[in-house]
This record gives sequence, structure tokens and C-alpha cells, in this order.
Amino acid sequence: MPTPSTSTQTLPGTANYPACTPLMEMRDVKQHYAVHRHLPIGPRKFVKALHGVDLSVHAGETLGVIGESGCGKSTLARVMAGLEKPTQGQVFFRGEDINTLRGDEKKEMRRNIQLIFQDPYSSLNPRMTVEQLVSEPYEIHPEVAPKAGRKAKIKELLELVGLNPNHSDRYPHNFSGGQQQRIGIARGIALNPKMLICDEPVSALDVSVRAQVVNLLDDLQKELGLSYLFIAHDLQIVRHISDRVATMYLGRVVELGTYSDVYDSTAQPYTRALMSAAPELRRNDGNDREKIILQGDPPSPIDPPAGCRFHTRCPMAQAICATREPELIAVGDSHEARCHFAKDLAAEFVQRAGA
Amino acid sequence: MSQNTETTPGTAPATDPLAPTNPITVPSGIRPPAGPPAPAASFRRKPAKKVNRGPVWLKPRFLVSGTIVALMLLMAAFPQLFAGFGSDPTANCDIMNTNQAPSPEHIFGMDIQGCDYYTNVIYGARASILVGIVVTAISFVISALLGSLAGYFGGWVDTLISRACDMAFGLPFILAAIVVLQLFSERTVWTVIFALALFSWPGGVRFMRSSVMEVRNREYVQASRLLGAGNGRIIAKHIIPNSLTPLLVLQTLGIGGVISAEAGLTFIGIGLTPPSVSWGLQLAAAREYISAAPHLLIFPAIFLTITVLGFVLFGEAMRDEFDPKGK
Repeated sequence: MPTPSTSTQTLPGTANYPACTPLMEMRDVKQHYAVHRHLPIGPRKFVKALHGVDLSVHAGETLGVIGESGCGKSTLARVMAGLEKPTQGQVFFRGEDINTLRGDEKKEMRRNIQLIFQDPYSSLNPRMTVEQLVSEPYEIHPEVAPKAGRKAKIKELLELVGLNPNHSDRYPHNFSGGQQQRIGIARGIALNPKMLICDEPVSALDVSVRAQVVNLLDDLQKELGLSYLFIAHDLQIVRHISDRVATMYLGRVVELGTYSDVYDSTAQPYTRALMSAAPELRRNDGNDREKIILQGDPPSPIDPPAGCRFHTRCPMAQAICATREPELIAVGDSHEARCHFAKDLAAEFVQRAGA
Repeated sequence: MSQNTETTPGTAPATDPLAPTNPITVPSGIRPPAGPPAPAASFRRKPAKKVNRGPVWLKPRFLVSGTIVALMLLMAAFPQLFAGFGSDPTANCDIMNTNQAPSPEHIFGMDIQGCDYYTNVIYGARASILVGIVVTAISFVISALLGSLAGYFGGWVDTLISRACDMAFGLPFILAAIVVLQLFSERTVWTVIFALALFSWPGGVRFMRSSVMEVRNREYVQASRLLGAGNGRIIAKHIIPNSLTPLLVLQTLGIGGVISAEAGLTFIGIGLTPPSVSWGLQLAAAREYISAAPHLLIFPAIFLTITVLGFVLFGEAMRDEFDPKGK
């Protein structure tokens, strides 16, 4: 099994990657899907699932991503994992665009970026045993574990994720959801990846096993030096595991900062509404947050509203919001928010904390 | 399934005018009690219906159809085990006994040539079953290959294969087989197999294509691609194992159809020709003597019907086992 020492050793071909470069970076990534037209006339329409996303993940860091259904979180995960090629923009891994890599470099990239899926059962081939599932990475990359020592390695891997190695000849349907997700995690970390993208890894799980899986991911990060992009609906879990948090709305990042920035001095009305929808999240002064109940559904990602994308539902929208789209405004050292009034909103928290 | 529909006596009171005749009803124990509530101690739920949890092959449907299929296969492979009147269908023939009716020595009677008809009918199984199984096997391989390619790669590969299927579908199956068979003057089992196999694959290809397209987008295929697996590995390890069973079931269901197509073509005179022995040929020969010697028609017809029925039931039993949604 990978130990911290082997996972931090420099891999061939990456020695010249400077330490300050983020492990993964997305620059102005757009992902548009063509909408099927019933008649071959008229303008083509596109679902703008991602519309200009800039994000970076540093080595050893966890970036949490929150946002409501349909805001582009899963597309973000798929584009970052390289399952989909973005319409525009680049995804960099150690400073190299992952969509231009070929041959050995591509194989190397594949080894280093892995994805944990939302539904543990459908991410495991029902006709393969646990051993076959977990050894598949080694069959594709035989250089990681030679055939002779593979069995022992699989045993270690299963123990690491908390599964009984004696169950390695069982099929996925013999396991509970939490155990299935552990199998998925074992497969994901088998190749000592640097980056693990978790697309709602605990959403399909029972509340009682969520904590176990999240703690497992936490432990693995410490042990193996992994970096996570962690997508979840559960705001508490995101706060628990994340170093930094990004909020997404309609294909755009609307707030980005350390978890305390985003959770305690929220500077964007949409993030505030999201936080207020979680009853267990209290303000840093111990009082309940004021309830912000958003009206209506999110606008269609085919024709997003002009100006600020959130102005149609924003409780504090002004005239300017309908005409000009705000940039990400820095409101702190590491805190950015996409709102014309971000500075005022951030100041409100500072005042309250001082009072 | 028969074991699930057995009626438990007393589930519906006989006096209830609305009591449905359908045995699958809500057991009375679940209904709210009509009178004063019974004491808790005497209130017992009806025991759950016995569910057959034994091995698949012990289910009645599998057992019956499987026995027929096994018997027919054995008959096709080793007819001498069943025929007791000589090692081949033309042994001990006596033209004087032509068209003799069934008797204790010759239970199926004699045919036009005065040969034992039982032996002939037994030897006739080989042609029918060989055609049925070989045509289905060829069609299965072609369907699995072309269907996987079309479904997995999509794009122009899919367009090419799908349009070829559409064209093959455009020709009526029997008509196309007749046209091909007309090209040969002497037609053996292999000629018939060739003609039937030529046009039997499009349905299977389309079916395989759709099940591959469904499996292709499953998350475990994406997971494998993320690990860096190539197309060959993904098709062999993930796509084929998860999409082949429905095709296998569909093709098993088709064996009966192929057998009756062979018999039909032979009956109208463009299938097998005389040196061969087959039920279709026997039926065709019996046509002229239908009133004088009805046994010539009856026995091969019974064997043909039972064989087709056996294979269709076997296919249905397999379908219910592997694809419960397709009922």
C-alpha cells in the first residue's frame, strides 16, 4: 500500500513543475451542451452548464463546492477529471493542459486524477468481484504494482479503506452502500493519485455512514497527501472537510474563500440564502441566521438573465444588478464574491462581530 | 408463473359479490376487519406464500422446457439411441408395406417407401435442430459484434451498421430466403442455414446496439475510462458482459422461429431436397396421402410442434429469469 513517502516522491517528467503552481487549475472553463432542435431552422441553443469558471486546487488542499441542483457542480467534476473536454478554456494539471496530453503523459495524468462517483452501486461493474474491481487499475497500469505482489497490495488497500480483505471474492451487490463507496474509494486511490474529485460521494448514503466515509476521506488525505475537489449538498460536511469553499450559481463561481470566510462572513446573497436553508448552521455569534427564502426556480441555463445571474431571485437586487454583471470582488485576503455589494455585505459581518 | 398464482382457500369470502376471480388479491388479513376488532392474540396474518427459492433449473417451466430441449438435442446428436429399427432410416425397408398404418411393431407405421416411419421421424430431428441452432449461433455472433461496435462507437460506424440493418429489414425474411434458396438446385442443410442466417441478424444487431448504448453510459464504464482503459478493454470487460445476456435470451427465443421457418420452406419445396431427412420433407410428402395415410402427416407435425414449443418455452423461461422487466 502507498505510504506517505512513496506518494510524495517526484514522478518522472514532473520534476520541473514549480512548487508554487497549483496542482490543478481551471482557467475560464466553459462547457456548453447543444440543445436538440426539433426543426433544423432557427438559432442553435446551448445549455451553459459552466460559464467561465476559474478555480485552482493546491497540493494537499480540499476545495469544497456547494450550490443547488443544476448549477454545474457535476459538470465541473467531469470536466476537471477529463471525462469531458470543455467547450472553451483549459484545465491544467501541474501546469499542463490535460486535454492536450497524449500517450505516456496522458496515461500519467490518468493515474493522478481520479473521480469518486455519487452512486456507489452504479459505479461498480456488477459482474466483477471486489478483487477484480480493485485490481483493474493495476491491470491498466502494471508498472504501479507488478503481478507478483498485486494480491498483497489489494489486501492492504482494502484494509486501508476499512473493508475485510476476506470479502474480496464477493460481488458489489453483497455490500451496503457505505461499503460499496469504500470499494469505489479503494479503486480511486489504488494508483496513488494526487487529485481525487469527489462528486457528491456521500449524497446517496445513509446519514449514519456519511460521517464514516467522510472521515475515511479525511484520514486518507492525511496519510496519502491527496488533494480533493469535494462536491456535496450537505453544507456541514463541506465545512468539516474543506480548506476552501466555492459557491456556484448557474454555471459560475459566485463566492470563493476559506471555509471560515464563506461560512462566517458570507459576502454574497446567494451563499447567504444557501446557508440559511441549513438549520444546523448558526452564525458565528451563536444566533440563528436570518431566513432568506428564495422565490421561484433558478433561471434556465439556456438563457441566463442579463446582468447578475442571481438578480431575478436576489432579495437585495438593485437597478445595476439587471444591467451589469459583477466581477469576483476581493473582500478579504483569500475571499472573493461576485456581487456589486460584496464589500458592504462583508462589512456587515465585521460590524456585528465587533458589536 | 404457476407457483405464484396458486389460490389459497379462503382468501376472499365466498359471499362477497365483489370478490374478484383473479387469485392475486389482497389477502383478507390485510383488509380492515369488518366487525368488531378481533382480539390481538387471535389475529394472525396469513403466512406468506411459498416462494420457490430453489435453483433456477428446478422451476417447473425450466424443468419442462429444458427436458424437451435436452431430449431433442440428444435425438439430433444420437438418433440411433432412439431408433430401434435399424441403424439408419432406410434400413429394413420393404416397398410392399408402403403407407402401412401404425401397428405394434411399427408404432408410427410405414412411409411411402415402406420404411419404418418412427426411425424416419427420429432422424428428421437432426436437420431441424441443426438449422435452428447454427442459424441462431451465427446470428448471435454477428449481432453481438456489429451491435457492440454500433452502440459503443456511435457516429459514422453506427450510421453505417444501422442503415445496413434497415436495408436488410426492408426485405421480408421468408421472401429473401426463398430468393436465395432458388439459386441452388440441390439444397442441403448448410444451404438452408446459409440462406436463413443471411437475413436473421438485423433484429439482434439493433437489440444489442440499444443495450450497449445503455451500458456505455453507466458510471463504471466512465470509472474504467478514468483509470486509463482503452476501448478494447472497456468493450471486453465491461460492455459485453453486461449487455450480452438480453441478446442471448432473445436469440434463444428465436430458435423455435428458425426451426419452423426451415420446415415451412422445405414444405413449400424450396428448402431441403430429398436425400436429406427432415420433418418438413416428411410433411411435404404426406400432403398427397393425407386421407389414405394420415399418420404420415400427424407424427412429424407433433414432433415439430413440440420442438418449437420446447425452444420457445425455454427462451421465455430464460427471459423471465434474466430480464424480469421484459415480461
